[in-house]
Amino acid sequence: MFDYQFFLEVLIGGLLSGIMYSLVALGFVLIYKTSGVLNFAQGSMLLFAALTFVSLVERGVPFWGAFAATLGVMVLLGVAVERTILRPLVNQPPITLFMATLGLSYVIEGVAQLLWGTQVHGLDLGIEDSPFEVYGVLISQFDLFAAAVAGSLVAAFSLFFRYTRIGLAFRAVADDQYAALAVGLRLPRVWAIVWTAAGVVALVAGLLWGARLGVQFSLSLVVLKALPVLVLGGFDSIAGAIVGGLLIGAIEKLSEVYIGPYFGGGIEGWAAYVVALGFLLIRPAGLFGQKLVERA
Amino acid sequence: MATPVRNTLLVTPERLGVLLLLIVAYGVIPVIGTGYLFDAILTPFLALSLAAVGLNILTGYAGQVSLGSAAFLAVGAFAAFNFNLRVPGLPFVVSIVLAGLTAAAIGIVFGLPSLRLRGFYLAVSTLAAQFFVQWALTKFSWFSNDNPSGVIDAPPLTLAGFAFTGPIGRYLFSLTIVVVITFAVTRLIRSQTGRNFVAVRDHETAARVIGVPVLGTKLVAFGISSFIIGVAGVLWAFAYLRTVETGGFNIDRSFQILFIIIIGGLASLRGAFLGAAFIVVFPLILSRTGAALFGGVFDSGVLEMSQRIGIGALIILFLILEPRGLSALVDRVWDWVRPRRAAALGGATPRSFFIRKLQPKGRT
Repeated sequence: MFDYQFFLEVLIGGLLSGIMYSLVALGFVLIYKTSGVLNFAQGSMLLFAALTFVSLVERGVPFWGAFAATLGVMVLLGVAVERTILRPLVNQPPITLFMATLGLSYVIEGVAQLLWGTQVHGLDLGIEDSPFEVYGVLISQFDLFAAAVAGSLVAAFSLFFRYTRIGLAFRAVADDQYAALAVGLRLPRVWAIVWTAAGVVALVAGLLWGARLGVQFSLSLVVLKALPVLVLGGFDSIAGAIVGGLLIGAIEKLSEVYIGPYFGGGIEGWAAYVVALGFLLIRPAGLFGQKLVERA
Repeated sequence: MATPVRNTLLVTPERLGVLLLLIVAYGVIPVIGTGYLFDAILTPFLALSLAAVGLNILTGYAGQVSLGSAAFLAVGAFAAFNFNLRVPGLPFVVSIVLAGLTAAAIGIVFGLPSLRLRGFYLAVSTLAAQFFVQWALTKFSWFSNDNPSGVIDAPPLTLAGFAFTGPIGRYLFSLTIVVVITFAVTRLIRSQTGRNFVAVRDHETAARVIGVPVLGTKLVAFGISSFIIGVAGVLWAFAYLRTVETGGFNIDRSFQILFIIIIGGLASLRGAFLGAAFIVVFPLILSRTGAALFGGVFDSGVLEMSQRIGIGALIILFLILEPRGLSALVDRVWDWVRPRRAAALGGATPRSFFIRKLQPKGRT
């Protein structure tokens, strides 16, 4: 017999973990939208932010103080990246910039662990990871909290893009860099702000993922989980990142539970990629790729 | 665009240089080298060079970025192991060729997305190969002959009845395979197929207009590239590590091979070798200088992290300062040493035929 309650539980668990993927994917989308760079270093920025925060807290800095300090570090990082990498590589093919971010991810990972060490840190955000029951379905409290944070972050960014001057500049740059330059927008500044925003997203995602998995090197590998989300949702759509994340999360968990046993389990690692690829063969632009003109 | 210059001379400086290198590699190094030199430096260098040559065909010449090279190394290694194990009496050379063909077949399957996808989407989709292959090889113990540890000793290397044992033997075995394949590739990139690769890379639509079969060319590039990387995997597992295991074929290895061709120079065979040499020697130099400068503080953890930082920074530096890599750097030094060479050929050296995608615009 098909157990609907169990199915529902797996589905909801998948959707909620999918939100966590969306959170990582969001950082990618921000940068891709405005500079056309697929920032592979997003994962290592996440690791760096989480490690910095945890290490500060462990040294007795209060929660919000550590949060502010890490935020400052991420701002500095964003500005530094714009200065040292984006500016000299302006007008290069996107794939060159991608490889540069690959190099950057190595540098950030190395620096983060050289500074703060390689041991695993526990991170307690004060939210219990205990499940509670809704109509007989178990839902994790922590997952709900993460979903709420991700949701409000997305809402904030959407409003920001729509209603502020800087948001307008972002959209202009995303539409056409040359036109944006021609009307007097300062690209370097826009990029520095975007990388800073991506750093903030990395910090939030890093704290949530860190609380779930422990702050350690493998945290930077969540980037690999976020990539199929991006492929599915389209690299340049915030809505795509959310919907893609939910889909991938649900598919991953459902396929692991219902199809996995036929393959001996452990298919989580690549099932998402296969689904994303199969989808792309039919719709190369992704769910919300540029062809649909879907802009948040 | 410069027209290709066919060098009609039988003896050119380049050919002389290659000949000299071969004489040194076969005649001098085996005499003067130590076991450490062969096992820790030269054999891994040769395997990585071959993998880089393979990836260079796909990424450098045909313009399709792949992040899954290590998967094909693994396929090659495990295929050779299984052919060797399950078909008694099969000559080892045949297992190598069959391993390459297996890798090629799987490469073509994972190259199928390239028919619809470009750029980042394709790069990401090649990661699927990486994860799928690693999962399949660890999940199904048949591949590793139900060996509980997942680590298998590799059988000895034999070529035409002659067993290559000891550090020097394994080095010579790798060297021979690398030399044969590299010469085949130099022919390939000057053939119609090789020109098609470059045409597809430089402008897909234009290539289609002049009658290049774009889709077929992409798949051929994936196939040939995977074949070579598969053979490199055999060398890596059988000649260098002498064990067959999935652990070493992770995503970091894929990036390492990509880094080799960026540092060495895209679309340059010489670059693949220069880059591989650099990647193999750099950590050794770093650990020696680190130990000399900082003594005990420079432990293995610090070393590993400094390596990551160093490699990452170098990638960025090369992309900014010399996108055509070590290969172009060597060219420049050579032109500086002998300025007449460039002038005599009117600047139209055979290599300048290939327009490099990574060449900075507005810079010379």
